[in-house]
Amino acid sequence: MSLINAILEQLLNGLRTGSIYALIALGYTMVYGIAKMINFAHGDIIMVGAYTLYVCVSLLHLHPILAVVITILVCALLGVVIEKIAYKPLRQAPPLAVLITAIGVSYLLQNLALLIFKATPIPFASIIKVPSIKIGGVHVSGLTIVTLIVTTISMILLTLFINKTKAGRAMRAVSEDKGAAELMGVNVNQTISITFAVGSALAAVAGVLFIAQYETLLPTLGALPGIKAFVAAVLGGIGSIPGAMLGGLILGIIESLAKAYISTQLSDAIVFSVLVIVLLVKPSGLLGKMKIEKV
Amino acid sequence: MKIDKKIIVNALIALVVYAAVMGLVKGGVLSRQMMSLITPVCVYVMMSVSLSLVVGFLGELSLGHAAFMSIGAYTGCLFLIATKDILPVLVSLLLAVFIGGVAAALLGVIIGIPVLRLKGDYLAIVTLGFGEIIKSVFNSLKITGGAKGLSKIPLVATYKNFTFVFILMLLVILLVSHLVNSRHGRAVCAIRDNYIAAEAVGIPVSRYKILAFVIAAFMAGMAGVIYGANLGILKPANFDYNASIEILVMVVLGGMGSIKGSIIAAVILTLLPELLRGASDYRMLIYAIALIAMMLFNNSSFKRNLTEKRNLQQAEKLSKEV
Repeated sequence: MSLINAILEQLLNGLRTGSIYALIALGYTMVYGIAKMINFAHGDIIMVGAYTLYVCVSLLHLHPILAVVITILVCALLGVVIEKIAYKPLRQAPPLAVLITAIGVSYLLQNLALLIFKATPIPFASIIKVPSIKIGGVHVSGLTIVTLIVTTISMILLTLFINKTKAGRAMRAVSEDKGAAELMGVNVNQTISITFAVGSALAAVAGVLFIAQYETLLPTLGALPGIKAFVAAVLGGIGSIPGAMLGGLILGIIESLAKAYISTQLSDAIVFSVLVIVLLVKPSGLLGKMKIEKV
Repeated sequence: MKIDKKIIVNALIALVVYAAVMGLVKGGVLSRQMMSLITPVCVYVMMSVSLSLVVGFLGELSLGHAAFMSIGAYTGCLFLIATKDILPVLVSLLLAVFIGGVAAALLGVIIGIPVLRLKGDYLAIVTLGFGEIIKSVFNSLKITGGAKGLSKIPLVATYKNFTFVFILMLLVILLVSHLVNSRHGRAVCAIRDNYIAAEAVGIPVSRYKILAFVIAAFMAGMAGVIYGANLGILKPANFDYNASIEILVMVVLGGMGSIKGSIIAAVILTLLPELLRGASDYRMLIYAIALIAMMLFNNSSFKRNLTEKRNLQQAEKLSKEV
């Protein structure tokens, strides 16, 4: 019984990290679907979110809910600004140039944080204070419950936004065929900005949940979850929104089980091996569409 | 005869550089700090020239170049430690450099075969993930000393052994520049410019991609051995993501597809931080801004106008001559 409970607890832990990865992976996948680029700086938006929350809560002593709202707004704005300044002039440029620029932006954000907040880790207690509960002998922490609820709500809202609203329809149209969408009167620039804003807002939510889990602020804190979330996006099929959700959850569970039963040090290596295996076996991912390339 | 002239000029430059460095070292003009920088400059020249082959000529982004360097460094330096009392220094170093290069090349094949079939974005991420895997493996292995690092490596590649390091660097530069100007190099450039067209004219795209990737890995491995034999200690943290980015910055700032540019950028970017110690906090920030600015400038209409103007002028000149 205790073994089953232990495994169940690990699965829940995996679901918690996995749902955070899923939130981040959604941002990657949406941006990739529309702008056909990997936004390397996406992971660092999480970091910016975490620091913004810290400034709002610990330094300005704002109410946590207000602080979360400000964090989401700051990140959404940052995403739009990055797109306008760094990515928009490069729309016609070769992919390599865009990729290097994105790495530059990621580096810039990390080093700005390093200059402002210094390299020493800042302890930052979780703003989510919910008592843990016990379900049939399985211990479920409050943070897990909140994380799962918040991510589920975010994903439902996102799905509704993409499927039911006009802006969401525009997003789908642009990701299907940018040129045709423009001819049909879709404002492509505005749609891309909205995509970046929504993706970054999701990253901000992920950042808030992530920092509640790790409770330490570092300028590089976004890099690793960012890359792992990208692995999740590829696992689920990049460009596919349900794929990103599924990929995130699977990856989180794999990581948590690897940490518990194989080796903590090698868990990162295992996560990246998943990426290599997926790319080898099914490069389009679990739910991705295989695209046939035409000359 | 034009090509011969070029070779003579380049050989003269190499000789002058060699004589100047030797003169400065023997004359005792340089401070200890500057002397300790001589080998790192050569190492980074090798690294940036080899990465330039992948990024500049093949047009694929590799973010794990430091990982190849670390593979070479660890295997080569373990060999150096094992043979330090058995073999003469030069033989041992030569073998270590070769073994380090082969180890890195092998990993280049293993990682390259699956991944190079995919498009550029994936390669960047996989090489990045691969770098993390290598780092965590070195961190957990006993033989490499874990996070504390591999120490007591014989110091056989410091400035005292500059001749060896310099010759190795020249060989790397020669190899890359010859490769690029050869039939194989043109095939690699063709893949970069339009891989569908390249495939259509019968260039085996995957084979050339792997060839370029593995050669670059081989040279990075060799550079890694020199790096380790200069420092005397290797830590997995020395070869993280940042190290790969630093090499990428050298290639991009030097001008993608220009070997000369990569060499100059590597020399400047290795010397500069030591000379400007006060601004070390801002170094990475400046790198980041330089990367973005360079890409934006390269693709701006301003630059397009400039190149168009130059092309027009050249065309006019040609028509006048005719």
